[in-house]
Amino acid sequence: MDGIAPLIASTLSAGTILALAALGLLINERAGILNLGAEGMMLMAALAGYATCVHTGSDTLAFIAGAAAGAASAACFGALVIWFNTNQYATGLALSLFGAGFSAFAGIKYTQEKLPERPRFSIPVLSDIPFVGEAFFKQHPVVYLAILFTLALSWFLGRSRGGLVLRAIGESPESAHALGYPVRRLRFTAVCIGGALVGMSGAYLSTVYTPLWVEGMVAGKGWIALALTTFATWRPARVLLGAYLFGGVTMLQFHLQGQGVNIASQWLSMLPYLATIVVLVLISRDINVIRINMPASLGKPFHPTS
Amino acid sequence: MTNRSVPLGFAVLFGLGLAACGGDKPAPQPAATPAPVTAAPAPEAAKGPLKIAFVYVGPVGDAGWTFAHDRGRKEMAAELGSKVATTFVENVPEAADAERVFRDLIGQGNTLLFGTTFGYMEPMLKVAPDSPDVKFEHATGYKMAANLRTYDSRTYEGAYLAGVVAGKMTKTNTLGVIGSIPIPEVIRNIDSFTLGAQRSNPAVKTKVVWVNKWFDPPKETEGAQSLLNQGADVLFQNTDSPAVLQTAEKAGKFAFGWDSDMTKFGPNAHLASAVINWSPYYKKAVKDVLDGAWKKDASWWGVKEGTIDLVSISDKVPAETKAEIEKLKAGLKDGSFHPWTGPISDQAGKELLPAGQTADDGFLHKIDFYVKGVEGKVPGK
Repeated sequence: MDGIAPLIASTLSAGTILALAALGLLINERAGILNLGAEGMMLMAALAGYATCVHTGSDTLAFIAGAAAGAASAACFGALVIWFNTNQYATGLALSLFGAGFSAFAGIKYTQEKLPERPRFSIPVLSDIPFVGEAFFKQHPVVYLAILFTLALSWFLGRSRGGLVLRAIGESPESAHALGYPVRRLRFTAVCIGGALVGMSGAYLSTVYTPLWVEGMVAGKGWIALALTTFATWRPARVLLGAYLFGGVTMLQFHLQGQGVNIASQWLSMLPYLATIVVLVLISRDINVIRINMPASLGKPFHPTS
Repeated sequence: MTNRSVPLGFAVLFGLGLAACGGDKPAPQPAATPAPVTAAPAPEAAKGPLKIAFVYVGPVGDAGWTFAHDRGRKEMAAELGSKVATTFVENVPEAADAERVFRDLIGQGNTLLFGTTFGYMEPMLKVAPDSPDVKFEHATGYKMAANLRTYDSRTYEGAYLAGVVAGKMTKTNTLGVIGSIPIPEVIRNIDSFTLGAQRSNPAVKTKVVWVNKWFDPPKETEGAQSLLNQGADVLFQNTDSPAVLQTAEKAGKFAFGWDSDMTKFGPNAHLASAVINWSPYYKKAVKDVLDGAWKKDASWWGVKEGTIDLVSISDKVPAETKAEIEKLKAGLKDGSFHPWTGPISDQAGKELLPAGQTADDGFLHKIDFYVKGVEGKVPGK
């Protein structure tokens, strides 16, 4: 079947957006903080990355700017939620709305701008291999970075002391506090790092995936990333799987449309969402697995009582 | 650092940040651009400038549909100067809330309202009877009222002309169309594009994908990529962002601009742009109201009236094709050429328009079939 290799390549690219955002949210949620502001953060980071690339021409700076924008907005969110104990859901939604509006306003003059010529990437020897080369080795470096992040995060959460502390804070901040860990400061760090990853996802979207800026261009991917983290029961590897699955089925449904398959395009458009939900629910159908994996203090405010 | 100084520090920073932002006013909402009223009232303008309001479904910076409408508004306002005072509201969704926006604008004294997308039809029909002195103009709709009329652009003419270029430029004989929402207007454009291509290249095939949105750059990118993966080397779109053109540029293939001139988004890939120009109609509509000559009729303007055009044709297109485009435009202007001239058959081969016969507006409005050469099935049929 022709077109399989490009399909895989497109899947990796499309899935990276969700993967980076969902990994960032995963870090937040493992610490017990639910950041509903993902959509707004991605929009602001997308604008920051795009504007940086327009003015400096540098891809790398764009990603740094996006990460910084994500971290900065997450920091505001974190300060409110951790030290002022505002309701996490409401604050997150406020951040989402703010991000959408602010990015639209600040981005007005960037809608007519264009990025400099986009570089093409391919790994020197590996990308010449007939099928596998085109499918896997012609991606933007950030795609591979997302995979590395997943592995690193898996290792960090499962096998390192820092990850243990993070999980402890997410499960029972009172106990962690009693043990002497600076719970609020660690949560804040997690929020900022998570925000940086979400920001990188936004920057990837606006400088690599669809190199332009228009308001609202994230088009709901932030919300999908939030749902993805939950459906993947807060495990990095499953998050990556879910992200690629979503990206893959999205490309597949277009492929099917183009082939003239006799299913209404509206059903096919629903397919990515349905497929991702079904697969992840099946993987996580054991209620005990969910109970074990869900950070027990997710969404709840923490007051150190001493 | 005590426990309290950290949040205090943040509160101070936050407050400073907000204060710094407080200076400029974010205004993605109504931006009034009143023209200066002349000091000594001219003899015929005893009542001051005509207050006109435009309601947009998207942002004016979308370089597409809404951008074209706003350009029309600006050119009309520039020509009519102090006789009009225009204002616009952008990002109004095609839902019940639009009704509130229309009523709000009437309350502000606007007596001519333009609703620039299909989905405002029902809200405008609700508001129109309550304000009989206000005139309503609805773009791309089909229902009218005593004080509400419709206007539209013959985008299919632009699609046909683009098809003529596409047919010449394709090497794989496979064209790709990124469709927005499967309504007759879009299906008609897909068909016209294919008919235009078949004019010089009867062997072309058109593949279609639907993103089910008017505007969604990531989805448009994915759809375009998918078509390229399936062998299409010239892309056409009915969606409103430059994402398709950019995807073609990245892949080294060809594409067209839609709604506005998109050359700069893909200089190597860009073949031509089908540009909608609403200013001729807006000037006429406003003059109708100013002269008291407003009549409830449906306007469907095309190349002849200057509402649609194929511009910025690339130098990669051979000279004889460019000449043919000019000839076809002249034919559209003097009425001697009509893109929908028979014989035209549907995919099954059934002849829908016999040889030599041209389709009338009634036929064109009801197109819900793909012509021969388009692959796939119309969604929902």
